[in-house]
Amino acid sequence: MQSTEIAIIGGGPAGMCAAQAAAEQGARVTLIDRGKQLGGQLVKQTHRFFGSEYEYAGIRGIHIANILEDAVRKLDNIEIKIDSTVLAIYGDGVITIEEGENYKKLTSKKTIISTGASEKMLVFTNNDLPGVYGAGAVQTLMNEHGVIPGENVLMIGAGNIGLIVSYQLIQAGVKVAAVIEAAPQFGGYHVHAAKIKRIGVPILTSHTIKEAIGKEFVEGAVICRLDANWKQIAGTEKKLDVDVICLAVGLSPLVELLWHAGCQMKYVPQPGGYVALRDRDLQTTVPGIYIAGDASGVEEASSAMIEGKIAGLSAAEALGYNKNASHMKAKYMEEINILRAGNVGKKVREGLKMLAV
Amino acid sequence: MLPKNDKAYVEMVKRLLPSLKRREKGPYAIFECFQEIPCNPCLTACRKGAVDIFIDINHLPIINYEKCNGCALCVIACPGLACFVIDETYTKTETSIKLPYELLPLPKAGQEVEALDRQGNVVGKAMVIRVQNHKKMDHTCIIAIAVLKEQSLVVRNIRY
Ligand SMILES: Cc1cc2nc3c(=O)[nH]c(=O)nc-3n(C[C@H](O)[C@H](O)[C@H](O)COP(=O)(O)OP(=O)(O)OC[C@H]3O[C@@H](n4cnc5c(N)ncnc54)[C@H](O)[C@@H]3O)c2cc1C
Repeated sequence: MQSTEIAIIGGGPAGMCAAQAAAEQGARVTLIDRGKQLGGQLVKQTHRFFGSEYEYAGIRGIHIANILEDAVRKLDNIEIKIDSTVLAIYGDGVITIEEGENYKKLTSKKTIISTGASEKMLVFTNNDLPGVYGAGAVQTLMNEHGVIPGENVLMIGAGNIGLIVSYQLIQAGVKVAAVIEAAPQFGGYHVHAAKIKRIGVPILTSHTIKEAIGKEFVEGAVICRLDANWKQIAGTEKKLDVDVICLAVGLSPLVELLWHAGCQMKYVPQPGGYVALRDRDLQTTVPGIYIAGDASGVEEASSAMIEGKIAGLSAAEALGYNKNASHMKAKYMEEINILRAGNVGKKVREGLKMLAV
Repeated sequence: MLPKNDKAYVEMVKRLLPSLKRREKGPYAIFECFQEIPCNPCLTACRKGAVDIFIDINHLPIINYEKCNGCALCVIACPGLACFVIDETYTKTETSIKLPYELLPLPKAGQEVEALDRQGNVVGKAMVIRVQNHKKMDHTCIIAIAVLKEQSLVVRNIRY
């Protein structure tokens, strides 16, 4: 059995920032990720990030991943385990890990869960045909492995992910036939919509997919209009000759480990589903278990990084390390509040109100 | 809300324009950023201090046209690709527009291309004046094009 002071599960922006913050306080950290490399969502994001300069906005996601990883690898009190999936957190605090081919156990004094989020699915006829992808899968294929998913894509969902992945598809030379969105207005940022509009991609609001067409794989899609009550309007069906249907219909926090650890959970729509109650330090109702990033509520990389720093500092502080920790934490809290202060942060603020303990 | 059609869009952009006197002086930036989102690379990228400092990261950027010299650093920095540089003094009949461009292949200087509006409709022809693409720009290229004066506020993309 191995032991560490702070175990951090998930090496995306939240986990890496948590590791750095805690290690700089002097704590011994083990950072665990199931991927082949650190970075989480960032390794697939070839676009320049919106957000704050402090969190590297204006830089492409892939480069932000490198910057954060370099910082983490410089600290020799951080042990990094990649290709390591955390399977469970048991009542006695034992964390079990599938590390490569091996089954390992780890105990920790504090644990930060920064496992990110998972994609939501959509129900429609033939949604199990090959050629129906989640946006994350399209990004992994295209941006990590250099493989295009097909020739002509129907994108479902005009939130930021749907808009950005559409843009990345076009950059990869793939045609995007249309982006459809069930809501009467698209949810993504205007500037991201404007980018694909001026290339000529139509964004059809109040539209949904009825079915995927094809026997062995996707050969087309039928879309139709929705009325004000989100009911399909008969007679408005339209067939599109696409070979890929890409779903970008939202994310839910990845919270299995939090359930397993016994954290008090609550269903709150704004952060994307079931999430853990937390205090100001981002500690859950189970003492010693902290959360950060999309796992605490789906938001953005900027906020994931700051939450990571707050959780990392809190955990280190609780272990008695204190190099100006409370002062730094106050600064980050102020920073994250500013980030969430605007119009688009409203949803986040509403959600957080329901989750405070 | 994002303007529905191009006409409404152009009207919104018109309100951003500097004074006629400033426009006659040479290149200036415009930020087609109409939604408050937590984002500030335009502010931090500008070396002339021409973006009024906004403390709340959600605020819309406002350009101080006394300071903006149309250098186009913001064009590269904006993650929304929403910054453009307009030079109405390019020739008597043409305006030059600097566009952010992230697609391949890149056009060449001297090439005639189709000019597109914000909905991707072809609205005429444009001449590529210059293509800037150096390492520091990290694949966000700047394409300078010449378009007819009356299309300065309409053309925002090219195709070829
Ligand atoms: C298309 C797209 C565009 C985006 N654009 C922007 C943008 O421009 N600006 C911005 O601020 N944000 C953007 N985001 C959002 C941003 O990427 C996420 O909010 C951010 O990555 C969340 O960070 P995280 O560390 O919480 O989670 P993630 O990045 O998802 O990382 C979680 C990590 O946990 C690991 N993990 C999960 N479960 C386990 C387990 N059981 N054991 C071990 N490891 C595990 C995963 O492998 C992963 O590496 C974008 C997202 C997408 C999908």
